[in-house]
Amino acid sequence: MSGPILRVERLAKSYGALRVTNDVSFAVEPGELHAVIGPNGAGKTTLIHQLSGTARPDGGRILFAGRDVTRATMPERVRLGLARSFQITTILPRFTVLENVALAVQARSGSSFRFWRAAGHDPALNDPATALLDRFGIGTRAHMQAGFLSHGEKRQLELAIALATDPKLILLDEPLAGTSHEETRRIVEILRELKRSCAILLVEHDMEAVFALADRVSVLVYGEIVATGAPDSVRADPAVRAAYLGEEAA
Amino acid sequence: MSDVAVLPEPATPAFDRPGTLVPVVVFGLLALVPLAAPLGGEAYVMSFMTRVVVLALAALSLDLLIGYAGLVSFGHAAFLGIGAYAVGILSAEGVTDIVAQSAVALAVSAAFALVTGAVALRTEGVYLIMITLAFGQMMFFLASALAGYGGDDGMTLPGRSLVLGRDLLAGDRALYYVALAVLGTVYLGLRRLVASRFGRVLAGTRENATRMEAIGFAPFGYRLVAYAISGVVAGLAGVLLANQTGFVSPATMSWQRSGDLIFMAVLGGLGSLHGAILGTVAFLLAEEVLAHFTEHWRIVFGPFLILAVLFARGGLTGLFGRRA
Amino acid sequence: MSTTLLLIQILNGLQFGLILFLVAAGLTLVFGVMDFINLAHGVQYMVGAYLAAAFSAMFGSFVLGLAAALPTALVIGLVLELLVFRHLYARSHLDQVLATFGVIVFLTEAARMIWGVEPLSIDVPAALSGSIEIADGVLYPVYRVAIIAAGLGVGLLLYVVVNHTRLGMLIRAGASNAPMVSALGVDIRLLFTFVFGFGAMLAGFAGAMVAPILSVEPSMGDTVVILAFVVIVIGGIGSIRGTFLAALLVGLVDTLGRFVAPALLKLVLDPAAASQTGRAIAPMLVYILMAATLFVRPAGLFPARR
Repeated sequence: MSGPILRVERLAKSYGALRVTNDVSFAVEPGELHAVIGPNGAGKTTLIHQLSGTARPDGGRILFAGRDVTRATMPERVRLGLARSFQITTILPRFTVLENVALAVQARSGSSFRFWRAAGHDPALNDPATALLDRFGIGTRAHMQAGFLSHGEKRQLELAIALATDPKLILLDEPLAGTSHEETRRIVEILRELKRSCAILLVEHDMEAVFALADRVSVLVYGEIVATGAPDSVRADPAVRAAYLGEEAA
Repeated sequence: MSDVAVLPEPATPAFDRPGTLVPVVVFGLLALVPLAAPLGGEAYVMSFMTRVVVLALAALSLDLLIGYAGLVSFGHAAFLGIGAYAVGILSAEGVTDIVAQSAVALAVSAAFALVTGAVALRTEGVYLIMITLAFGQMMFFLASALAGYGGDDGMTLPGRSLVLGRDLLAGDRALYYVALAVLGTVYLGLRRLVASRFGRVLAGTRENATRMEAIGFAPFGYRLVAYAISGVVAGLAGVLLANQTGFVSPATMSWQRSGDLIFMAVLGGLGSLHGAILGTVAFLLAEEVLAHFTEHWRIVFGPFLILAVLFARGGLTGLFGRRA
Repeated sequence: MSTTLLLIQILNGLQFGLILFLVAAGLTLVFGVMDFINLAHGVQYMVGAYLAAAFSAMFGSFVLGLAAALPTALVIGLVLELLVFRHLYARSHLDQVLATFGVIVFLTEAARMIWGVEPLSIDVPAALSGSIEIADGVLYPVYRVAIIAAGLGVGLLLYVVVNHTRLGMLIRAGASNAPMVSALGVDIRLLFTFVFGFGAMLAGFAGAMVAPILSVEPSMGDTVVILAFVVIVIGGIGSIRGTFLAALLVGLVDTLGRFVAPALLKLVLDPAAASQTGRAIAPMLVYILMAATLFVRPAGLFPARR
């Protein structure tokens, strides 16, 4: 496929008089890890909500894999291959780890209006799920209830769930929030590995991780993209230094 | 999110194989009831136990909805009423075969579920409770206004339904075993359903609907189908109930009846299926025993219900352990 | 259909709507502030009617009866809050519904034991008996006018309290964010108790007001509370303004429907069939109204900001 996998054109969103996203445009290329950074209140979370389908933009367009998905619901976008993870860990706590992932596999493999055959021992669901758990380093936890996992393991599980939907692009909303140093290192490894499977749009505060992982970085300030480019050029960009890395530059 | 699964910490597995020991014992004992019936006055015991089995079927349908899908319907008696009135109205019009009556009851139940569900299931939580309650009340008033079929007073049926032209349900034991067989069949069917792909999606939407949307499931369709299945089962219970009581009236679908059904499902322990059966036995037995002592048994029963909610969390199956 | 009859039906609808508003206002406030769904709210209405009837008979005066009934209804509400409801605020809505269902079972039976199953009736107070001429040759009972006036008065009072007093500000703030209000040092428990008692008294007042024109019986609260649910679902949970408008709408539709539906059907059906179908459809109208509202606006007409 040619052209970007995700193209965002002049996206805008206001809450009352507050313009949260104000004319945001950028594109994510296939296979790319594109990071969006920006100071607190820059509108990063709202952007994620608009891209994933939980918030309606007031203006602009979102093109995914060549299709206009501006008005599509979250499940519709996921089925087209636009997966997301949440800022606050969102798993099914009373399901086992394996079941969490198997359910995501099930979502992309045919109809779920099947009422008779037991899903729990279906190799068509469990085998891909097990493989993903192994790949994300939580294979030994497969039969534990997901709610009992450690914080870092839950983040890993969430990535496995997102990948299980067979996405072309994953939106990651601060996957490193609240993780320990050790967990951060492991998840960065996993993201590097994840990059081989699909494009990633990463919203993250951890600059060290962003500059280590990203192919390109977009900087969001007050609801606008002020710079986009390779990590080094963005780091050197005077507009960015002024607006965002201000105190460092001084 | 849902009203039922507000558990900060994972307590019990979302869907375990419900175990076999308790269900086998429960159904075994139920099958033996007619042998013991002569000890307590045959007609009385059989009539009471048939009512238990029939209402257990309705409570079972509600457990699918509340326990597995996390959707609280406070209007489930409407389905009982639809089933009962299908028998009543068709009998009055000369259609006395239970096959035809059931076909109509199930079709109308499904249609009612799909239409009201399409509105009610766009909402969640408290709204859903109030809306289903309102739709139930709507059916109650409709039945009360059916002047041609007894109106407020209801109507007495000419006799029990025929089965393919034969008088198979005439005996109390026969009716009981038919009801028990229906309960057993539905129970086994629902056990499969909750472990199927569909059942997993349902349990997932109960746990966290946003998560389910984020992996590509739109909950509405699954919830609507679950609501329709549950309604159809309760409609079938209504067909049997009319045959057991020999009488059909708006009271069949009073909102108190809907409340009773939720209590039966909750009392036994939600999300285990056989819990609904145990809950029904306990509920009706408590009612029957109290009524034996005083005309004003509700003055004791009300506080009993309040205390059950406040102190017996997890219901009867919670006491026995889910894996028993 | 005569315009005279229509006018009277509209007033009756208004009066019913205002009674519904008194019941629904308490429900929606309690839900808004405490996130507590109280099925037993209708019992408070029933208790109010019985107390008014009993005290009126005791004192030989409806006004004195009403004056004694209100504080008694309040006390009963507060006792229930203390014994049962207080333990339910943190529980799931399902638990709340079930426990308050148990309260209904208990109190309905208690009323039956104390006052018997036969409906009670009390006389309209002498000062408010008789009729006034509201239009040329159209007479309308003074007492019903009094109910309308009382309903409008309470509605206005509620509006002023909720929107223009410090207490109202706390109630509105509590409705959108109770933990925050609590963190600001407001005794949220006291606020809860106050709102609850106030809601209970409103329902009791509604019951007392209708005691002279309806038959007072143990199950009278059931239908009213379900209609009150319909009202707050249409109006949007937690919104007093939505509740007020929806209550009038439901009152008018329910009252006029019984009168207009058969008349309209007569245009397309033969009279016997029309009156029968009309009678069957009329009581369903408010529920159809609810369904239609929700289909267009799933959160009701005036969803309170959550």
